[in-house]
Amino acid sequence: MSDFTTLDIFQNLLLAARWTILLSLIAFVGGGIVAGILILLRMTKNSILSAFIRIYVEIFQGTPLLMQLFLAFFGLPLLGIEVGPWTAASLALTLFTSAYLCEIWSGCLNSVPKGQWEAAKTLGLNYYQSMVHVIIPQSIRVATAPTIGFSVQVVKGTALASIIGFVELTKAGTMLNNVTFEPFKVFAMVAILYFVICYPLTRYSKYLERKLNVSS
Amino acid sequence: MDYQLDFVGLFPYYKDLVSGIILTIQITILTTILGVSFGIIGAATRVGKNKFLQNLVGGFVEVVRNTPFIVQLFFIFFGLPTIGFKLTALEAGMIAMVINLGAYSTEIIRAGIEATDKGQWEAGKTLGLKWYQIFIHIILPQAFNKISPALISQCVIVMLGSSVLSQISVEELTFTANFIQSRTFLSFESYFLITGIYLIFAIVLRFVLTVVSEKLFKTKAMKEGN
Repeated sequence: MSDFTTLDIFQNLLLAARWTILLSLIAFVGGGIVAGILILLRMTKNSILSAFIRIYVEIFQGTPLLMQLFLAFFGLPLLGIEVGPWTAASLALTLFTSAYLCEIWSGCLNSVPKGQWEAAKTLGLNYYQSMVHVIIPQSIRVATAPTIGFSVQVVKGTALASIIGFVELTKAGTMLNNVTFEPFKVFAMVAILYFVICYPLTRYSKYLERKLNVSS
Repeated sequence: MDYQLDFVGLFPYYKDLVSGIILTIQITILTTILGVSFGIIGAATRVGKNKFLQNLVGGFVEVVRNTPFIVQLFFIFFGLPTIGFKLTALEAGMIAMVINLGAYSTEIIRAGIEATDKGQWEAGKTLGLKWYQIFIHIILPQAFNKISPALISQCVIVMLGSSVLSQISVEELTFTANFIQSRTFLSFESYFLITGIYLIFAIVLRFVLTVVSEKLFKTKAMKEGN
């Protein structure tokens, strides 16, 4: 039937997994930066900005990632910006990630007890000094575990980029399946590779969570 | 480049749209009910006494949670027939969705059970209740009360994931969007409209589930709490 041995399939999938990891990193770092900007904007306490951010988060959490990818892929060319799968996937996943990280991080900032703000004020620190020296260091401790936990969702989200023609692990899987007609073997191997990427992140996140619970 | 958006061009396809909407709603209702039931059974197994079942369910949950939904879907739809399980696209899609929500809700419900005071089990035992009676009447309502926001969010996420079923030709909402855009070439307009419908779905589903969970568990748990 075909000249692809199991080892060939595995090697091709492994090569494609590089793009899954790279796209995940782009989305995660980009999403983190955008989320940071959103949180800074929210801190200004401007009610219009806060409403805008709430709607932004609601839209990205309330619509399918697949639709976001399609809109980036088909929508940007209407604005005269030619995009390939790389740009569209990076953009959609970055915005998707930023909405979730913004929610997670805001929650962590709010989880710091009010008394900390008051204590900082008593020490004569202003709003930004309290934020930078008192509140943020404490929130980071709380935020690490859910942030790493969410990175698993980002890695899994990149699988949908295959639908707009981005050749990563899942797309490589469908292509190899079309050549070998061995869907059971191919998709099992694809799943195993995703598991190998995601499971350590899940475990690490759980470990951090447990450590935090013990120490507090 | 000047492009005039043309939403009117979508109008002739309203019948396809309606049938897509109906199928997505049906899939969502069925998945939510079956997935959460799966989660309750899974969580009961996880906190139960049988070590083998505990590890089996635990392993299964980890596999589902650490692989993408679309890969699970392809594995079930394309992979399983090669070893003798023939499934229609809708069946494969439903199985994938129920498994997915089941795995996540197992973890969520288990967390709720573990957060419930151990004394509740002992109190139930003192009253002469059997294990499953304690679980259903005492532990579960309190656990649900604690975890309902997380569980509802997960149901919404899984509902949104149903858009991926279009990739194995289940004729739900996203499939309709693909169909309309292939006929009209109004791709942005089609996807924009459908995205809006999903957003409404997400808001409505969250609202309905919140009302349902308050009716089912909050009052009961509060009554039992008093």
